[in-house]
Amino acid sequence: MSDGTLYDKVWEKHKVTELPNGQDQLFIGLHLVHEVTSPQAFGMLRERDIDVAYPERTFATTDHIAPTEETKRKRPLDDEQAEKMLDALDTNTGENGITFFDFESGKQGITHVVAPELGLTQPGMTVACGDSHTATHGAFGSIGVGVGTSQIRDILATGSIAAEKQKVRRIEVEGSLNEGVFAKDIILKIIQELGVDGGVGHVYEYGGPAIEELGMEGRLAICNMSIEGGARAGYINPDETTYDYLEGREYVPEGEEFEQLKEYWDSIASDADAEYDDVVTIDVDDMDPMVTWGINPGQVVEISEPVPAPADFETQTDQEAAQQALDHMDIEPGQSMLGYDIDVAFLGTCTNGRVSDFRRAAEILDGHTVDDDVRALAVPGSETVRRQCEAEGIDETFIEAGFQWRRAGCSMCLAMNDDSLEGDEAAASSSNRNFIGRQGSKDGRTVLMSPVMVAAAAVEGEITDVRRFYEDRADALTAEDVSEVAD
Amino acid sequence: MVDKPQHITDVSGTGVPIYGDDIDTDQILPARFMKEVTFDNMADYLFYDARRDDDGEFNDHPLNRFAGANVAVVNKNFGMGSSREHAPQAMMRWGIDAVVGESYAEIFRDNCKSLGIPAATADHETVTEIQEWIEANPEKDIHVDVQAETVTYGETTVDVEIDGAMQQALVEGIWDTTSLMYSNMSKVEKTVADLPYIEAE
Repeated sequence: MSDGTLYDKVWEKHKVTELPNGQDQLFIGLHLVHEVTSPQAFGMLRERDIDVAYPERTFATTDHIAPTEETKRKRPLDDEQAEKMLDALDTNTGENGITFFDFESGKQGITHVVAPELGLTQPGMTVACGDSHTATHGAFGSIGVGVGTSQIRDILATGSIAAEKQKVRRIEVEGSLNEGVFAKDIILKIIQELGVDGGVGHVYEYGGPAIEELGMEGRLAICNMSIEGGARAGYINPDETTYDYLEGREYVPEGEEFEQLKEYWDSIASDADAEYDDVVTIDVDDMDPMVTWGINPGQVVEISEPVPAPADFETQTDQEAAQQALDHMDIEPGQSMLGYDIDVAFLGTCTNGRVSDFRRAAEILDGHTVDDDVRALAVPGSETVRRQCEAEGIDETFIEAGFQWRRAGCSMCLAMNDDSLEGDEAAASSSNRNFIGRQGSKDGRTVLMSPVMVAAAAVEGEITDVRRFYEDRADALTAEDVSEVAD
Repeated sequence: MVDKPQHITDVSGTGVPIYGDDIDTDQILPARFMKEVTFDNMADYLFYDARRDDDGEFNDHPLNRFAGANVAVVNKNFGMGSSREHAPQAMMRWGIDAVVGESYAEIFRDNCKSLGIPAATADHETVTEIQEWIEANPEKDIHVDVQAETVTYGETTVDVEIDGAMQQALVEGIWDTTSLMYSNMSKVEKTVADLPYIEAE
């Protein structure tokens, strides 16, 4: 059992009591709400005639169904179902005194982009949302958990969830990243090594030199995809990088109060002699950019590696799963993902829809144009991100290259708005899930990668090694190099 | 509405084997069907794409072959990905009252508990045997005993595992955590008072 970790300390601090079924009642310090998973929960509360217990700890935004085309964001929305969901959120937040970052607020965006950038997410908090990517908030040294709608009802009614403490796995990330390799590649590497269910029953604590070097936006990308590795929560201990990011943000107290909070934040970091249930070491020295080849995020290779064959897997079930993935993606074992034709380039989401993601992608796009056969979408994770990018002129670079520059939302990550793959289109995507049908078409094909890799693929019309775009191209690989490796 | 008894000690009914590891909640309930403010219609969308061929006709997906089943028998890491309760809601409203599988994604299992759906685990061989038995005996009942942690099919009874908190919650009828936790509000206030990031009223 773990002892002295951030997880242990934050849990203890938020534990209300033990419940008769053996679970703990855990107080949730920040409850984030969006339009898709909350209306039923507000309905259940109404049926029971219970008020929202902590409206001041609850914040709402709209993201999943948000239209990203400027002209389609006028209320009432053209999409009647989406309008109804938005209308329900208007009512539910209005009646209960909950702050709602709607389109008019200028702060609307994806839950997991908005809360960090406004300073709502802080170290040592428990954060919950009816969305599995709530793990994102762990980047600050908080415990973020995705919950179902019945648990949203619990939180609205009592400020608490019923939960069991998980095991804590320390993931020590050694080495330092090559040029062109980013946080997204690290987390895909971790999922490649530990599998999509490796984290079930665990919370991941990410640490080590490669993690400490990352800025907050990279850390957010790492923690975001904890759930893709089966870990409901993942976190990084807070440090000066965290505090520098927080200082001056809208919901972060200033002056002496900030200093006092810092004492708390320091106190909840894992002790030097903390005990973990297990420790895994991953070395990212000399790692190449990662791309998925299959239909879950664990089916992933370094761009230098060939796509595996079903026979490479041990169990019959894994072999069948690999074959299903190869069939769906229409790719042969031993082939390289380099040169894989794409129809769509999608940049955004709660994983990679932040300013640094667009900044880096713009460096790649500068002076290039998107391939004629590629539909390219840049969707800022929030309106705040959009405005910052526009202030820096990043939107111009995207538009000149041939990208559509959109308004904030989840967009083509799960296609609940108008942004969707059609037929068997293939997408180079900075999102987090390559499940069948995820991007809106059951025959659609998703290849997950970092934002710069998406930009490079958009230009070439096929998956390419982004390092060719940097001045020093020595490391860049071609499909021929990979087939030599495969031979 | 789906009416459930308060105490869920056992579940009986015919089975449906749903094959494959890592079945994600996007497959169970595709996102485009979540644009509704209630769960009422979710049964119609269960495995919507997987159950249909390219012409939109029902294919030979197990849910089409075993209509009316109450016990789903699944493989490893069932329900991974999105936290959407729409997925188990759809299963429940379609008629599933219990799940037996090799393992589950955590949020999915939590959602099952919230809905009073026991989710039992067994090893790969046991699960495979039950799945094969269902294929051979589509009309016969499977019995999931939540209290005894056993599954009986035909003449065979096997031990399964049900997470302690889930078992206790179902058997003792305390799976509605809202009322349970609502009775502790004074303790919640005490916890809050001790949190440095929340200002006193």
